[in-house]
Amino acid sequence: MTIIVNGKPREVKAATLDAVLAELGYNGAHVATAHRGEFVPAAARAACRLEEGDRVEILSPIGGG
Amino acid sequence: MLVYGTELRSRLLLGTAQYPSPAVLAEAVRASGAEVVTVSLRREGVAGGGQGFWQLVRDLGVRVLPNTAGCHTVKEAVTTARMAREVFSTPWIKLEVIGEDDTLQPDVFGLVEAARILSAEGFQVFPYTTDDLVVAGRLLDAGCQVLMPWGAPIGSGRGINNPYALRSLRAHFPNVPLVVDAGIGLPSHAAQAMELGYDAVLLNTAVARAGDPVRMARAMARAVEAGRLAFEADPMEARDMAAPSSPVIGMPVFGA
Repeated sequence: MTIIVNGKPREVKAATLDAVLAELGYNGAHVATAHRGEFVPAAARAACRLEEGDRVEILSPIGGG
Repeated sequence: MLVYGTELRSRLLLGTAQYPSPAVLAEAVRASGAEVVTVSLRREGVAGGGQGFWQLVRDLGVRVLPNTAGCHTVKEAVTTARMAREVFSTPWIKLEVIGEDDTLQPDVFGLVEAARILSAEGFQVFPYTTDDLVVAGRLLDAGCQVLMPWGAPIGSGRGINNPYALRSLRAHFPNVPLVVDAGIGLPSHAAQAMELGYDAVLLNTAVARAGDPVRMARAMARAVEAGRLAFEADPMEARDMAAPSSPVIGMPVFGA
């Protein structure tokens, strides 16, 4: 199915957020996730089921003021 | 300075954006003596961010204060704060809710609402606010134990636009930690903020965009220290007319 990851359409096989992270190569990365605009804690990713067209945000640390 | 139960010896908080290189950032943080640096969250894959940046910050051994920079709504700011708490493993959040893009002026109504929500969730909120006295009171009511009024718009380097308002805030809230956040361009601005009795200064662009960021970080550290010492020393009052500093009594007469 196609989901929107960080604003870009991505074709994925996985159906849960943790599996999608692994599929997209974020295994072990220090990131925070959101699904449909809501924060999904790391511990809740396995239970977070994705549907066609869902929006996922994957954020990581960067310099800030 | 005691903030949310944490004692900070350095009164300079430094941002980590816009440096010419990661090596210069690291050296500038060391030169500044800052114990707290601000950080942010962006989409994974953005240049300059990610796992390398995070490793660099961790190696510096400083405390991080994540921000919600760029957020324009309460929902964006609250969601970003929740994500930041997990990624950076800290309840501290520099709360920004931007209301206007030319000035990056805080939306103080959204700010107070977001501060209330986050404080109730156990966050320790550092609100980036204006110098408005009434808003400051509302932020304290919302659970904030520190206030961070702007000196001037973010990145403008204009210094302290309204010393009267900042002096007024200081006088009204003598026991609340107050940090001038944004607008500092020169060490003299930082010193002025400290002379007004502010507890600390938070700046980024003034150091990162200097020709020699490391040297400027050192200059800012000294200015903050000098300004604080001056405040503690209880400066003299300014006056309009001259007053001789050398003794008047005992002047010789050299007339013919």
